[in-house]
Amino acid sequence: MKRRLWFWQALLLAAIFGLWHVATAPDLLPPIVWDNPDRAAFFFGEPLKMFVVIRDWFVSGEIYPHLWVTLQETALAFVIGSLLGLAIGLWLGLTPFASMLLDPYIKAANAMPRVVLAPIFMVWFGLGIWSKVALGVTLVFFIVFFNVYQGVKEVSPVVLSNATMLGASRRQLLRHVYLPSATSWVFSSLHTSVGMAFVGAVVGEYLGSARGVGYLIHMAEGAFDINTVFAGILVLTVFALVLDFAVSAAEKRLLVWRPVQGETEPQL
Amino acid sequence: MDPAVSLEKVTCTFAAKSGEGHYTAVKDVDLAIAGGEFVSVVGPTGCGKSTLLNVAAGLLRPSSGAVKIHGEPLAGINRRAGYMFQAESLMPWRSALANVTAGLEFRGEEAASARAKAEGWLERVGLAGFGDRYPHQLSGGMRKRVSLAQMLILDPQILLMDEPFSALDVQTRQLMENELLELWSADRKSVIFITHDLEEAISLSDRVVVLSAGPATRPIGEYVIDLPRPRDVSEIRLTPRFIELHDRIWHAMKGEVLKGYAQTRNRTSG
Ligand SMILES: Nc1ncnc2c1ncn2[C@@H]1O[C@H](COP(=O)(O)OP(=O)(O)OP(=O)(O)O)[C@@H](O)[C@H]1O
Ligand SMILES: [Mg+2]
Repeated sequence: MKRRLWFWQALLLAAIFGLWHVATAPDLLPPIVWDNPDRAAFFFGEPLKMFVVIRDWFVSGEIYPHLWVTLQETALAFVIGSLLGLAIGLWLGLTPFASMLLDPYIKAANAMPRVVLAPIFMVWFGLGIWSKVALGVTLVFFIVFFNVYQGVKEVSPVVLSNATMLGASRRQLLRHVYLPSATSWVFSSLHTSVGMAFVGAVVGEYLGSARGVGYLIHMAEGAFDINTVFAGILVLTVFALVLDFAVSAAEKRLLVWRPVQGETEPQL
Repeated sequence: MDPAVSLEKVTCTFAAKSGEGHYTAVKDVDLAIAGGEFVSVVGPTGCGKSTLLNVAAGLLRPSSGAVKIHGEPLAGINRRAGYMFQAESLMPWRSALANVTAGLEFRGEEAASARAKAEGWLERVGLAGFGDRYPHQLSGGMRKRVSLAQMLILDPQILLMDEPFSALDVQTRQLMENELLELWSADRKSVIFITHDLEEAISLSDRVVVLSAGPATRPIGEYVIDLPRPRDVSEIRLTPRFIELHDRIWHAMKGEVLKGYAQTRNRTSG
């Protein structure tokens, strides 16, 4: 069943590229929409040329430093944003007064479209990776923060009472009950927060930088080189998929204690 | 000698769910458990048994009344007591073994010796070899037994047990009951044991306390169980004295059980 599904999924992908090729290759189809045969290729690129761009990137090795920068920015934004979200989420979850005091500000900060901060970060942190990291952090922080906050509020009171009866001090409760419970919520939002870190990195690069895949796309756009733009998008998409796989693998290892619906070993 | 646990005129009033009004779960409850005594508390569902146990544990401050532990007023958590909760209380992110060692860990005991002790306790509750399972990988009854080991490893003087064995099948249950009795007779802990099951209450206890239906629950009967010890819980049930006691207590309880059921239903529907 699974193999059949794979087959159909691959076929669908091939079909999409095939259709794209047929629709954009000049002079292949009689002109319907545009009278100029090169028009479609100008707007939508040509998959074959796009693949050539990608192949050249990887063969010449030109893409690697850019990918590396984007990866670094994503990882840093994720780690810093998660740690901040965890710390502040725990703190506010455990001090009702502070959380009531800050509640409207947090809501406002979260509602604000944070992409507009990118230019400010560029002024503060320059055109290097840190301005992108900062943008990613603002995106990741709120996801993790809200999850941790929720996680702290929803610690089972019975588990908490039990740990108390077993002699846990306040600090031990924090370390052995609140933190594990909150971390599990962080992991449950792992896919979203890694995705957001990635978005922060790419958008930051796109808005102003000298490196990274977002920068490549931006440059190509400036030169109306639509094939390179699409090549960049495709590389980013594959990259995001790889990240997502990595997150799934990490999740599986870190959350062994979590119940999974209908978890049985298949008989071989 | 001062009783191990004594509740004096304990009243607990909760704010009603709807936000207005109050619900008095227990009212003016006097209950004293002597050092080394095994007392069972039975009563209809929702009458306030868990509430009383939480008060004795120091987790819930009564609205009025006093709690004394060995003659001293209880302030904060009752450090001499071990509590086995009615609901799921294991830390889901810890394996069974790590759950059992938790209390020792909190006390700063060395990991290796804590581990060795915990393995011994898991074996005693019949879970040798299940130490590395997480709570969700255990059955409900197994989780209860982990909770039991988790409590007993700390060797508390006072045991507060809230329907500890109701999730077990009859055979395992009797094994655990006998194990508990053996443990108890070894160093005479004071036990407050809550159960729905009158037979269980009689076969284990020195004394059975029957609570009235809520609201404003209070004890309506106390029965000294003068069955000889040591007991075997399955054999003792067949003795004439057991049957006699059972009849007497059940007679007193029956009315309350029906009342309790009707009231719980009215509260939820009305
Ligand atoms: N925190 C609370 N807030 C409001 N009402 C409560 C609270 N805790 C308990 N009650 C009420 O007090 C009553 C007694 O509850 P309790 O849990 O002590 O019953 P119980 O005798 O242990 O019942 P069961 O045998 O079903 O476990 C119930 O009617 C319950 O609705
Ligand atoms: Mg109860």
